[in-house]
Amino acid sequence: MSNSKSLQRFFAVPFGLWSALFIVLPLFFVLWHGFTDGNGAFTLENLTTVLQWEYLKALGLSVELALVSTIICLVLAYPLCLILQGLRKAKGIMIFLLFLLPLWMNSLLTTMAWQTILEKNGILNEILRFCGLPDMALINTPAAIIIGMVYNFLPYMALPLYVSISRIDHSIIEAAWDLGANRWQTFRHVMVPLSMPGIVSGCTMVFIPALTTFVISALLGGNKILLIGNIIEQEFTAAYDWQLGSALSMVLMVFIILNILLEAFTENTDSRKKVKA
Amino acid sequence: MARELLKLEHINKSYEDRQILEDLNLTIHENEFLTLLGPSGCGKTTILRMIGGFETPDSGRILFDGKDITSLRPEKRQVNTVFQKYSLFSHMDVAENIAFGLKLKGKSQSYIRDKIKYALKLVNLDGYEHAQVTQMSGGQQQRIAIARAVVNEPKVLLLDEPFSALDLKLRQSMQREIVKLKKELGITFIFVTHDQQEALSMSDTVVVMNQGWIQQIGTPESVYNEPENAFVADFIGDSNIIDGIMVRDKLVHLLGKDIPCINTGFGENVPVDVQIRPEDIQICAPEEGQYRGIIRQVIFKGTVYDITVEAGGFSWLIQTITGHEQGAEVGIRLAASNIQIMAKPASEDEEAVSDE
Repeated sequence: MSNSKSLQRFFAVPFGLWSALFIVLPLFFVLWHGFTDGNGAFTLENLTTVLQWEYLKALGLSVELALVSTIICLVLAYPLCLILQGLRKAKGIMIFLLFLLPLWMNSLLTTMAWQTILEKNGILNEILRFCGLPDMALINTPAAIIIGMVYNFLPYMALPLYVSISRIDHSIIEAAWDLGANRWQTFRHVMVPLSMPGIVSGCTMVFIPALTTFVISALLGGNKILLIGNIIEQEFTAAYDWQLGSALSMVLMVFIILNILLEAFTENTDSRKKVKA
Repeated sequence: MARELLKLEHINKSYEDRQILEDLNLTIHENEFLTLLGPSGCGKTTILRMIGGFETPDSGRILFDGKDITSLRPEKRQVNTVFQKYSLFSHMDVAENIAFGLKLKGKSQSYIRDKIKYALKLVNLDGYEHAQVTQMSGGQQQRIAIARAVVNEPKVLLLDEPFSALDLKLRQSMQREIVKLKKELGITFIFVTHDQQEALSMSDTVVVMNQGWIQQIGTPESVYNEPENAFVADFIGDSNIIDGIMVRDKLVHLLGKDIPCINTGFGENVPVDVQIRPEDIQICAPEEGQYRGIIRQVIFKGTVYDITVEAGGFSWLIQTITGHEQGAEVGIRLAASNIQIMAKPASEDEEAVSDE
């Protein structure tokens, strides 16, 4: 007994080292920079600077765009997963892998590709002109950023969603029909609740990278639209204000922690419900 | 006979290139307990799923109370199903599961509460309203599935191998409960199983199927005692099936001897299959029997002994209540009324299942 315990501890050592070096230490640096001035003295000035209008605006816009992209990803991915679930397993997985394809490409590359599609004389407007339709001014707008986010993060939504939807036995759906539920009622009362774990983790996995991205907003927003990620990047690489950059990161972290807590909470109520009996 | 409730007419169904059902016709009556019995892949579940609305036939019609329901969606049918894997909603408690159909129909709160109470009493699970279905045993889950189906007051209850996941003792007690439930509800039950004992002990009518064809329809007694072909004889209970020649009415030539029987109408000197149940064969002194043989094997089965006797060039399976000694010389006697004569199989599906 004690032998296996010490063995367990032995195998935990590399993980402990890893956590200390790459999780705890960087976090400490961020906190340290965030709460000190240039001379290393404790201060709250960095955090109060964050409360300035331009930073709050960037933060607000970031949350807004991340939310919109998350919702669009959910709305796009759910029907896809429903269709794939209806197919034979092998066929479904094949098509699903195609949807994961963007994951295998460098996101910088795909975002630059979107730049050439959306820009003023880009592919999209060429096609519109060819069809005799008016141009669309998409590049350097929030809409362009959302398109980029949805394209890049859709697989993160589809993956957990597909896993949880494909786990629902088809006979459960048939049981709902059998008891008088039409397709919509079956979706609403059976599919959605049973796939809730997938919905929650998909939303988290899209929302967090969408909230923190600076590549997509830089390339498709043309540095005109500043998201919180872009400001943090600038503080570190252009302004060399590590203190303010760290404070901004801390605020962002609060949002991410809130999101994760929300996910943990929904999962918890789910499992508690099962144990209650 | 009661009124006709369900009629399947000229049903054809195939999946990809595999023909499952071919020109199937079946009539089910009001208040009947009908069992579809056959080995896996015989098409019994497909029939059930068509009645439930989960499959549509390639051709043919399904009539319910005279109305064509062939392509009606499952939620619009007056039929409810008890699924093999229970298929309860794991995100709901027992009461919510049972209330699912009633809520959709817009029934009142008090009506739903009374129905839940009634249904739980019916399946011997009073007081389990707020239990989580995922925490219940297989037998309990299946009872909830039955309760969830019957509260909707269907005209027909479909049961798709509902007890196949339960252990023997539980299965037997569930079988008794289902028969009781059927009497209380007074509706039609269509039951699918591959377990012949289950089919015989519960049903009014047994439909024996093989390879998509109906082999025999009859009461449990008639399919057991008067199987129409070698498949039915072999699939239901144990059988000795021996090649014979019908000499004339009431006389069959079997393993070199002319044996009297009671069957008529097969013609003269026609090859037939002769079926004798193991419990219908008598072991007697060597000189008293129609055949003389040696006991090769004795297996004690609890209530009976399975005895293998080598006689007349055939290995007979005989069941007796008393034990016999291995290697002893004995005689075998067959009563005329215990010999069942069957026409030779006309197609592969009518043949006995060979397990050698």
